[in-house]
Amino acid sequence: MKIIVCAKQVPDTNEVKIDPVKGTLIRDGVPSILNPDDANALEAALQVKDANPDVTISVVSMGPPQACYMLRECLAMGADDAYLLSSRAFGGADTCATSTTIAAGIRKIGDYDIIFAGRQAIDGDTAQVGPQTARRLGLPVVTYVQKVRELKEGSVIVERQLEDGYEVIECKTPCVLTAVKELNDPRYMTIDGIVDAYNKEITIWNENDVKLDPSDCGLKASPTQVFRSFTPPPKGKGEMLEGTVPEMVNTLVAKLTEKHIL
Amino acid sequence: MAVRIIADKCKGCQKCLKNCPFEAITMQGKIADIGPACTNCGNCLENCPFDAIEKVDDGNKGVDITLYHDVWVFAEQREGALMGVAIELLGEGRKLADEIGCKLCAVLCGDNVNGLVDELYEYGADVVYYANDPALVTYNTDAYTKVIYEAIVKYKPEIVLLGATHIGRDLGPCLAVHCNTGLTADCTKLDIDPEDKKLMQTRPAFGGNLMATILCPKHRPQMSTVRPGVMAKPERVAGKKGELVELEVKLAEGDVRMKVLEIVKGLEELVSLTDAKVIVSGGNGLGNPEGFELLKKLADRLGGVVGASRAAVDAGWIDHSHQVGQTGTTVKPELYIACGISGAIQHLAGMQTSKIIVAINKDENAPIFEVADYGIVGDLYKVIPTLLEVLGE
Repeated sequence: MKIIVCAKQVPDTNEVKIDPVKGTLIRDGVPSILNPDDANALEAALQVKDANPDVTISVVSMGPPQACYMLRECLAMGADDAYLLSSRAFGGADTCATSTTIAAGIRKIGDYDIIFAGRQAIDGDTAQVGPQTARRLGLPVVTYVQKVRELKEGSVIVERQLEDGYEVIECKTPCVLTAVKELNDPRYMTIDGIVDAYNKEITIWNENDVKLDPSDCGLKASPTQVFRSFTPPPKGKGEMLEGTVPEMVNTLVAKLTEKHIL
Repeated sequence: MAVRIIADKCKGCQKCLKNCPFEAITMQGKIADIGPACTNCGNCLENCPFDAIEKVDDGNKGVDITLYHDVWVFAEQREGALMGVAIELLGEGRKLADEIGCKLCAVLCGDNVNGLVDELYEYGADVVYYANDPALVTYNTDAYTKVIYEAIVKYKPEIVLLGATHIGRDLGPCLAVHCNTGLTADCTKLDIDPEDKKLMQTRPAFGGNLMATILCPKHRPQMSTVRPGVMAKPERVAGKKGELVELEVKLAEGDVRMKVLEIVKGLEELVSLTDAKVIVSGGNGLGNPEGFELLKKLADRLGGVVGASRAAVDAGWIDHSHQVGQTGTTVKPELYIACGISGAIQHLAGMQTSKIIVAINKDENAPIFEVADYGIVGDLYKVIPTLLEVLGE
């Protein structure tokens, strides 16, 4: 059995702060990490492998060469091999174009039973590339998977998270499943895993390797364009209440009553 | 459009490197170089002192956009009831359709949900496209994608809006790929360009640190998912009528590869953060799960519900359904009381449009005070009991 995991290297947006004077992003020292939902996707694959050592896990990503660090992390967690789709031609891709490239990479790896991806990446929060990749590969997709109940011959039974509960879905395999964080707790890298990860090759493919025309990649194949971007105007700073706790509370209640909030 | 450095004009000042939100620009020798991480946001363009950066046509292929008309709203229903966001989208869709000068249409899928057709007219739909089939009784990715995709091909809408629910965010990407068009996720603002009538879709990017306005200039339909609770619901006009177009449902063996076996409702009471008038939210500063019991008392007294920051949810103190913020729910209550929440940017992105924000935190430098209307520096375990006392029964 072969599982493919889609992963992305992202800036840790939890570490991004706004310069209060200039209103610009402070990026200095912001680390790049394995996207959190993708770690859940990899963990789900690793759990299948724990139960059945014959399973092989390939991780695939699209990004600049630095994304190899993130892929080594995936190998150190227990993935068997890793592929990076990296080329100038892939630059500027929106989710539509990204899914074309990822699908081409997966096609070249081939011979898969299940593809796990994270529900969404924390730098874009679109949740689109997983299902879009599935459709490009002609595969069924279940998004927001919070539990894998059963792997059967030719199908999988999973729980799909809803806002107010969940659905139990049986889906034919091969298929794409996108993971939410409730799916599992991703494991840490092991020392042996880290040593092994550095002895493994990461395969890097460009558009020729995955048989894509440059006009079907990156910016040229992206229907959406960023027209402009701006920092959201901060809400004006309000009033800091002063005095003892009872004094502050009384002032607050008076203010809220005055504004007809209470 | 692609962003390009004009080599003769670049003086190597590196200003663009610092301004790029995506770290896409590096120095190649003495001039700047735009790498593959570029999203063409144009920040560097505005900030280059030497006009050494330009936008150029990238040879992007498209479709004949003049063939596409009307605004469509996906009328998401669950168990025969329209989702609130579908009604909100009819309000927003009406505004867009009037600005373009076209019809507002709803797309309804279900099994014998005929009663919803009139409701859609009454909320503003001029036309309802209705797919009525037992296979559509609950949402199914393959079935809904096929039926709605075929309708898009046949009737060619210029705009398709979906609620950014767990269902809309599943259906939207599948439809967009089949139509080979763009999809902008989680929009918080939609406008029509008065010049060329194109849809301008604004959404938070980079964890809410940046807002980006996205266009889909050469492909149709222009598709967006829109966050629930962001757009206003329209007035319901009783008795308003419209035109019904029944969609043909042809699902062959093998078209539908997944089956919903069961739908399980959350065991917890439903937390309707989007509709709440008052939200009392807790974060890391609570220190323990029991803190939420105190917040619940305050929320009950104020007729509100309990919310939480990601930190509190990640700590396992409260269910994810309570989470407010970028990865949780966007809220805009009349009163938002943030207790022991430092105010990470993702949290602020989900609550800063609340009418009145009260922050209670021990740390006077907590970023939450930057957006608070009233700030109290103090121990929430002293402040909230006092507040409960003052409010009385």
